[in-house]
Amino acid sequence: MHIMEGYLDPIWCVVWFAVMIPFFVFGVIKLRKILAEHPEQKMTVALSGAFIFLISSLKLPSVTGSSSHPTGTGIAVVFYGVGVCAVLSTIVLLFQALLLAHGGFTTLGANCVSMGIIGPFCGLVIWKLLRKANAGVFVSMFGAAAIADLMTYVVTALQMTLNVMTATGGDFISCFADFMSVYAVTQVPLAIVEGIIFGMFAQYLSTARPDIFEIADSNQINPFKTEV
Amino acid sequence: MALSKNAKIYIAGFTIIAVLVIATLLLVPGDFGGSDDAGGSEAEAHGYEPWTDNWMADLGFELPGETESFLFAVQAAIGAIIIGYFIGVNAGRKEVAEEKSKNEA
Repeated sequence: MHIMEGYLDPIWCVVWFAVMIPFFVFGVIKLRKILAEHPEQKMTVALSGAFIFLISSLKLPSVTGSSSHPTGTGIAVVFYGVGVCAVLSTIVLLFQALLLAHGGFTTLGANCVSMGIIGPFCGLVIWKLLRKANAGVFVSMFGAAAIADLMTYVVTALQMTLNVMTATGGDFISCFADFMSVYAVTQVPLAIVEGIIFGMFAQYLSTARPDIFEIADSNQINPFKTEV
Repeated sequence: MALSKNAKIYIAGFTIIAVLVIATLLLVPGDFGGSDDAGGSEAEAHGYEPWTDNWMADLGFELPGETESFLFAVQAAIGAIIIGYFIGVNAGRKEVAEEKSKNEA
């Protein structure tokens, strides 16, 4: 999902930064509140970021004959919401842009919107729906992580389509179909793998630290609410 | 000895992941290049010209390609160390709690 340097026109770079910034700012405010008011949750916050670091570094083969990487945002968004997830994702994206030439600085806003905001938001909605339907933690976390992963790549396909369409005057449907086949179709098996990994970890947490799910239960879908 | 519910879930989960990855590598033809690069190529196929190259490289800030695997490993290690620490702390807490309840009994 890393859009590389130069593959988004400057106007789209500005647009996606403008979308990212409010989520990022509210995420920083919420993160500071969590660390100040609930210092005992430092380890859980670190765990959320650690999963993004670890999982997003794994390039896995897919059925389309190309490789891609999962996003690892499931735990972060389920426990702390979209804002905090945006902040943690930005740290990883900066690490990759700076040291690995993956993604870029001009495209950081777009990459954060897909990986740290919209994808995880969809995952969080799935988590809340499944928990409301009394699904177990394995199934709920599987759904949340897999959808967050898949939707990240759908958003990337949309971002690339909008950019190419406005730059070349191309047809939206054919552009979007092509980018979806590159990004989203490749991602389907990887999203399933990511869902299983996170589901297993949630199952582990449900026996080792069942109290931790109180954080997830009090977490709100609205990314602009900073109560902790 | 009967397996716990968690153990059954872990065995099933890791088996499915292993089958998916191995079957993909064995049965799917392709060079397994990155989808990020494929996305860029798709944009160019639609007539899009990237407006800049990696400008950090132009400024002289570019790490040699050989260090990429090392840095990916560092990234994964940072995550894995923290997750491992979390699991270790929980295991230690559980042990202490069990020891305490045994002594009290």
